[in-house]
Amino acid sequence: MAEVIWGLATSHVPSIGAAMDRGRTQDPNWKALFDGYQPAREWLAGHKPDVAILVYNDHANGIDLDIVPTFGIGTAERYDVADEGFGRRPVPDVVGDPDLSLHLLEKLVDEGFDLTVFQELAVDHGFTVPLSVWTPDPGDAWPCPVVPLLVNVIQYPQPTAARCYALGQALGRAIASYDKDVTVGILGTGGMSHQLAGARAGMINAEFDAMFMEAIEKDPAKLAALSREELIREAGSEGIEMIMWLIMRGAMNERVRKVHSHYFVPASNTAAGLALFDNRAGQTA
Amino acid sequence: MLTDIPGTPVFDGQTSRRGFRMNKLFMSLRFAANRERFLADEGAYCDEFGLTPEQRAAVTGRDWQAMIDLGGSIFYVYKLAMMDGLSMQYLGGVFTGMTEQEFVAAMRAGGRSGG
Ligand SMILES: [Fe+2]
Repeated sequence: MAEVIWGLATSHVPSIGAAMDRGRTQDPNWKALFDGYQPAREWLAGHKPDVAILVYNDHANGIDLDIVPTFGIGTAERYDVADEGFGRRPVPDVVGDPDLSLHLLEKLVDEGFDLTVFQELAVDHGFTVPLSVWTPDPGDAWPCPVVPLLVNVIQYPQPTAARCYALGQALGRAIASYDKDVTVGILGTGGMSHQLAGARAGMINAEFDAMFMEAIEKDPAKLAALSREELIREAGSEGIEMIMWLIMRGAMNERVRKVHSHYFVPASNTAAGLALFDNRAGQTA
Repeated sequence: MLTDIPGTPVFDGQTSRRGFRMNKLFMSLRFAANRERFLADEGAYCDEFGLTPEQRAAVTGRDWQAMIDLGGSIFYVYKLAMMDGLSMQYLGGVFTGMTEQEFVAAMRAGGRSGG
């Protein structure tokens, strides 16, 4: 059976990738963010999984508004890095794992999560920035194959936090039932509080973010109980994308060990958060 | 339906219906050939995508607030801003009545309050 060894929650703001691509990580406005990543990156470098699952949303690059799947999964062998308008990021394309994708798809559909299937998908910053947060210098290839799990967070009604958490729990069971003995890393991306448009643009709610950071580790059910309205009010119209952290968390054990967390304002218009959890330490005897 | 949260446009199904053609136009600007065609005759390009007269005026006049009001999704509207060499902080300034520099300074000071 496959085993989730870690979960990484991280913002996927494009400017984080741009700062890395342009060699600006030591600029005064960025240094504290990237310094804060370092302990997580070092730990992750020593805990390479066989495969990863990355929960994210597209931002008008791989998909448009013709079709808005609430949940989707990539089943391809390869995912190109999208050109978002001004050339693709100088990072490797993504190698997939179709066998695992199709296993997860079947198990999740059996559990009532009717995912949309992407046989072809270009992945944007929502996907590549978290990979860069994990692995700043990938060379020719990312550390392992990665399966994309997509969530609609940009068009209301987004799935509820409760549904995301339940999907994560079903995902955890689906991973555990895989017949290959592989280790799995899971990434939940987006957030933290931010709003891009409207008179409230630029809002940051550090108090809510601190609560979320604490509860994602110790009491995810509390976060799963938040309504869409509460999430948009407290975290901003774009901050609601933190529901994707709950999919990651749901796939992990009830008890996890926090390896490292970091919070930084601002990554452009956003509060950037990172939280890394070891899934093997918290198992009850 | 979501109850109104002050100062917070929610991109819901009705908004997405209203902005559908305009958002398609923004999406098309990912490709250099389309950007060239757009810049050569912006009005004609808007007509080709079937924008309403209000949307057409908002796009060609770079009225960012109106684009949002007329159904633009910020992620799509941003494609046009990027083409113009404008940042999300510039747009944040437009939406909040600040210059880009003021908006950046507010973000660096910890962000605006959620109120
Ligand atoms: Fe996002």
